[in-house]
Amino acid sequence: MLTLLIVFLPILAFAGVLLGAPARQTAVAAAGANLILGLIAAAQWQNADLTSFSVQVMQTPKLHLAFGFPDGMGAVLVLLSVIVTLAAVLSGKAPEGRETLYYGSILLISAGAIGAFAATDLFFFYAFHELALIPTFLMIGMLGRGDRREAAWKITIYLGFGSIILLAGLVWLANLAGTYDMAEMARAVKVGALQIDPVTQKGIAALLIIGFGTLVSLFPLHSWAAPAYASAPAPVAMLHAGVLKKFGLYGLLRVAIPMVPEGMQAWLTPLLVLLLGNILWVGLVTISQKRLDLMLGHSSVMHMGYIFLAIAALVAFPQNTLAIPAAVILMFAHGVSIALLFGLADRIERNTGSIDLDDLGGLAKAAPSLAFIFGLAAMASIGLPGLANFSGEVLVFLSAFQGYNGTAPLGPVQIACILAIWGVVISAVYMLRAYRRIFQGPAVKSTESAADLTLADRIPAALLAIALLAVGVNPNLLLNLLK
Amino acid sequence: MPAYYLEALTVTLGIVLLMAEAFVPAKSKSWVGLIAAAGLGVILILNFTALGPEAKPDAAWAKWQLWNLYQFDGMARFFKAFALICTALVLLMAIDFRKVLARYTDHPGSENGTGEFYALPVFACAGMMWMASARDLASAFVALELVTVTFYILVAYMRRNVGSLEAGVKYLILGALSTGFLVYGIAWIYGTTGTMDLGVIRAMFEDGRGANLQTTPLLFGIALVMIGLGFKVGAVPMQMWIPDVYQGAPTPVTAFLSVGSKAAGFALLIRFLEPLLAEASPVRVQVMTLLGILAAVTLLFGNLAAIPQSNFKRLLAYSSIAHAGFLLLGLAAGGVESVRAVSFYLATYLLMTLGVFFILAQVRIQRDGESVTDFNGLGKTNPRLALAMTVLLASLAGVPLTAGFVGKFLVFSVAVKAGLWFGIIAAFISAAAGFYYYFKVIRSMWWSLPGDASSVVLPTISRVCVGVLTGAVLLFGFWQDPILSLLK
Repeated sequence: MLTLLIVFLPILAFAGVLLGAPARQTAVAAAGANLILGLIAAAQWQNADLTSFSVQVMQTPKLHLAFGFPDGMGAVLVLLSVIVTLAAVLSGKAPEGRETLYYGSILLISAGAIGAFAATDLFFFYAFHELALIPTFLMIGMLGRGDRREAAWKITIYLGFGSIILLAGLVWLANLAGTYDMAEMARAVKVGALQIDPVTQKGIAALLIIGFGTLVSLFPLHSWAAPAYASAPAPVAMLHAGVLKKFGLYGLLRVAIPMVPEGMQAWLTPLLVLLLGNILWVGLVTISQKRLDLMLGHSSVMHMGYIFLAIAALVAFPQNTLAIPAAVILMFAHGVSIALLFGLADRIERNTGSIDLDDLGGLAKAAPSLAFIFGLAAMASIGLPGLANFSGEVLVFLSAFQGYNGTAPLGPVQIACILAIWGVVISAVYMLRAYRRIFQGPAVKSTESAADLTLADRIPAALLAIALLAVGVNPNLLLNLLK
Repeated sequence: MPAYYLEALTVTLGIVLLMAEAFVPAKSKSWVGLIAAAGLGVILILNFTALGPEAKPDAAWAKWQLWNLYQFDGMARFFKAFALICTALVLLMAIDFRKVLARYTDHPGSENGTGEFYALPVFACAGMMWMASARDLASAFVALELVTVTFYILVAYMRRNVGSLEAGVKYLILGALSTGFLVYGIAWIYGTTGTMDLGVIRAMFEDGRGANLQTTPLLFGIALVMIGLGFKVGAVPMQMWIPDVYQGAPTPVTAFLSVGSKAAGFALLIRFLEPLLAEASPVRVQVMTLLGILAAVTLLFGNLAAIPQSNFKRLLAYSSIAHAGFLLLGLAAGGVESVRAVSFYLATYLLMTLGVFFILAQVRIQRDGESVTDFNGLGKTNPRLALAMTVLLASLAGVPLTAGFVGKFLVFSVAVKAGLWFGIIAAFISAAAGFYYYFKVIRSMWWSLPGDASSVVLPTISRVCVGVLTGAVLLFGFWQDPILSLLK
C-alpha cells in the first residue's frame, strides 16, 4: 500500500496543480510528504504487508498494477528518487506564468521514476519510466536554454527509439516466460522451469543492452545526454541525470542478468569495450568542455561507465557478492552528487549571469558557501573518501576482482577495471580545473558582486550534501538495506 | 429481446429522423443530431440486454432462418456497441461543426439542407452493426454496401466546397472498384466451397470435407475479398484514397470514416478470417503470410509517408493507415487472443482518434485552417486543451500508461507469440516513426508562439466529449479489464 501511495502522490499532486491548486506549494508538500514516506518504505522494505500492493488489471496476458520491493535495490532507488525530487522542487524557480507546467512536469517525472523503481510487474516497470518522456520533452523545449529545441528533439528521439527496442526485448522475454511478474520470472529461471536457448538469450540480451543502454547513455548512444542536460531547466537535469537515468542500470540488474544470464555473458566483451568508451573517451571529452553545464552533462555520462563495470563484473562472475551493492551505492551516490552539481550550476548561472568557465573566476570571495558546497559535491564526484561516491567506486573496483584467484592471467573484466581506474584521474582533472576556474583566482566582473546562496537555496543543497556525507561516512546505511 | 431488433430500431430511427427533418425550420437543424445521438444511446443500452438464439432456444424467433445470416456473440455485442458509440460521438461532433457545414451547403445563416447530415450516419451505423454480426458473405456484402453508399453522400456533403466534391468522386470511384473486387472474390469462394455461410466453411474444414477443396481458386477468392476489405480498413494496396478523401471530407465524416468505417471493416475481416485462420484450415499458412505481408507494407507505408506531412488532417489520414497496419499485424497472428488484441486496439483507437478530431474540428472552425501550424501556441492560449491533445497524441504514438500503448502492446504480444518476425520489425520501425510525427504536433502546440492566433473556445458538447475521451484514454492505460470483459 505504501509504495502505491508513494507512486501516486506526485500524480495526485499533478492533478491538483492542474485543477488550480497553488503549484509550488502543492509540489513542495507532495515531495516533502513523499520523502517521509520514502524513508519509512526504505526502512521497512522487508515488511511486505506494508510495502507491497497488487491488483490485476488484465487477464491475458496477466498484468498486475503491482508495486513492492522484492529486494532492497528498488528501495534504495526509491529513496534516491524522493530525496532528489524534494531538492529539485525546492531549488527550481518557475518562470513567470508557467508555474503549472513547471511544477506539474517535475511531479510527473518524479512519479515516472518512482513508479519504475517500485513496480514488480514488467509492464508497469517499463510504462512508468516512459511517463517521464513527455514532460521532459516539453520542459527542455519550452523552458530550457541555448539550443533547447534541438536538444529536446534529440533526447526524445533517442529515448523513444531506445524504449521501443527495449520494449521488443521485454515482450519477447515475457512471452517466453509466460508471465509479466518479475519475481515469478526470476523464480522460474532459478528452478529451471524456464530455460531459454542460448541463441534466443543472446538476441534478447542484445535488445536489452541496446535499449537500456540508450536510456543510460552507454557509449556510443550517449550523445543525447550532455546537450539535453545543459539545455534543461535545473530541476529536470537534476531528476533526469540523477534519478531517471538509473532506470536502465536498474533494468539490467533486475531483468537482463537474472533472466538471460548466458545471453549477457555472450556480450560481455563488447560491453566492456563500450563502458571503457564511457569512462575514457567521454572522460577526455569532458576535460575539453568549456561550459560548466556541458561538462557536468558529460561527466554524468562518464560515471555511468563505473556502474556498467559493476554490472559486467556480475555477468562475468555470477556469484559476485559485491557487484550489486557496488552498483546500487554508486547509483545512489552519483544521483545525489550530480543533482547537487546541476542545482549549484544553475545557481552560479543565476547569480553571475554566466556558465562559461572562461567568464568566471574568484567566485569564492563573493559566494563562500556556494564555493564550499560546490567543492564538496565536486570532491564527491571525484570519489574522495568520506563521501558516498568513494564507497561505491571502491566497491566497484573490488567487485571486478572478485573471483580472480591472483595467479591466473587477468581476465577481461580485470583488465577493463585497471583501465577504468584511470577515469578517477580524469574526473579529478576536469572537476578540480573547473573548481579552480570558477571559484579561485582574481574575481572578474561577473563574480565581483555575485550573490551567495540564500537560505532558500541552502535547504535543498544541504539535503543532498547531508545524504552524500551520511552514506559516505557510514555506507552501511545503504548496505544494510541490501541484505 | 432478440438481437436483430437493434439494427431494426437503428434503421427505424434513421427513417423517422429523415421524415421529421422535413418539418424542422431551416434555421436550426442541429436538434436532429441531438435526437439521433440520444436515440443511439438508448439502443446502446438495449444492446446489453439483447439475446442471441442460444440464450433462448425455445422462443419462436430463435428458430428463424435469419440466424443463418446473422449471429450474436460477445464480439458482435462489442462491435455493435462500438458502432453506436462512435456514431453518437460523430453526431455530436457534427452539431458543433454545423457552421462550416452550413457555409458550404446553403447561404450563411441558414442550416437548410444540413438535416440529412445527422440522419445518414444512423443508417451507416445500422450497416456497421450488421457487419459485426455477419455470418454469411451475402448479408455481409449488403451491410457493407449500406455503409459505403451512405459514405458516398456524406463525403461529398459540402457540395459548394471543391475539396469535398473531389473527395466524394475519388471515394465513389475507388469504392465501386473495391466493391467489384469483393463481389468477385465472394463468387470465387462460393464456387470453390459451395457456400457463403462462414459457419459452414468452418465446419467443412473441421470435419475433413475441406481436405478435397482446391486451394488455388479458394486463395484467389480470398485475395480478392481481402483487397475489397482492404479498401474499407485502409490497408495497402487499397490505401490510395485515404489522404485525399480524409482531407476533403467534412471533418466529422473524416472522423467517422477513420474510426467507424475502419472498425466495421475489421469486424468483418475478423469474421471472414476466423474459419480461414482456424487450425484445421487448409489455407491457414498462406492467409497468415498474406496478412503478415500486408501488415508490414501497410505499417511502413503509413508511418513513413506520415513523416513529411504538414496538414494535420492529412497526417491523421496516414496515421490511420499506420494503425490499420498494426491491426492487421494483430489479425495475422490468428486465434482468440488476436481477436481480443485487435478489438481492444480498435476501442482505444476510437477514444484517441475521436478526441483528436473533436479538437481538430474546432481548430478548423475557429482558426480557419487545419495544418500543424494552426496548432501553434495552443499551450499558451488554451493550456488545458493542449494538455488533453498532448495526452491523445501521446496515446496515438503509443506512449505507455495511455490506452494506445496497451493496444500496441497487446498486438506486439500476439505477434511475438505467433513469430511474425518481419511484421514485428516493421511495427517497431513504425512505432519509432510515429513518435516523430505525433510529437511534431505536440511541439507546435507548446513550443511555438501563438502569433496573433486567438484562443480556441470549445463549445460545451465538444468540451465534455474531449474531457471524457481523454480521461478514458488515461484510465484504460492502467485498467484494461472493463473493455476486455465486454468481449466475453
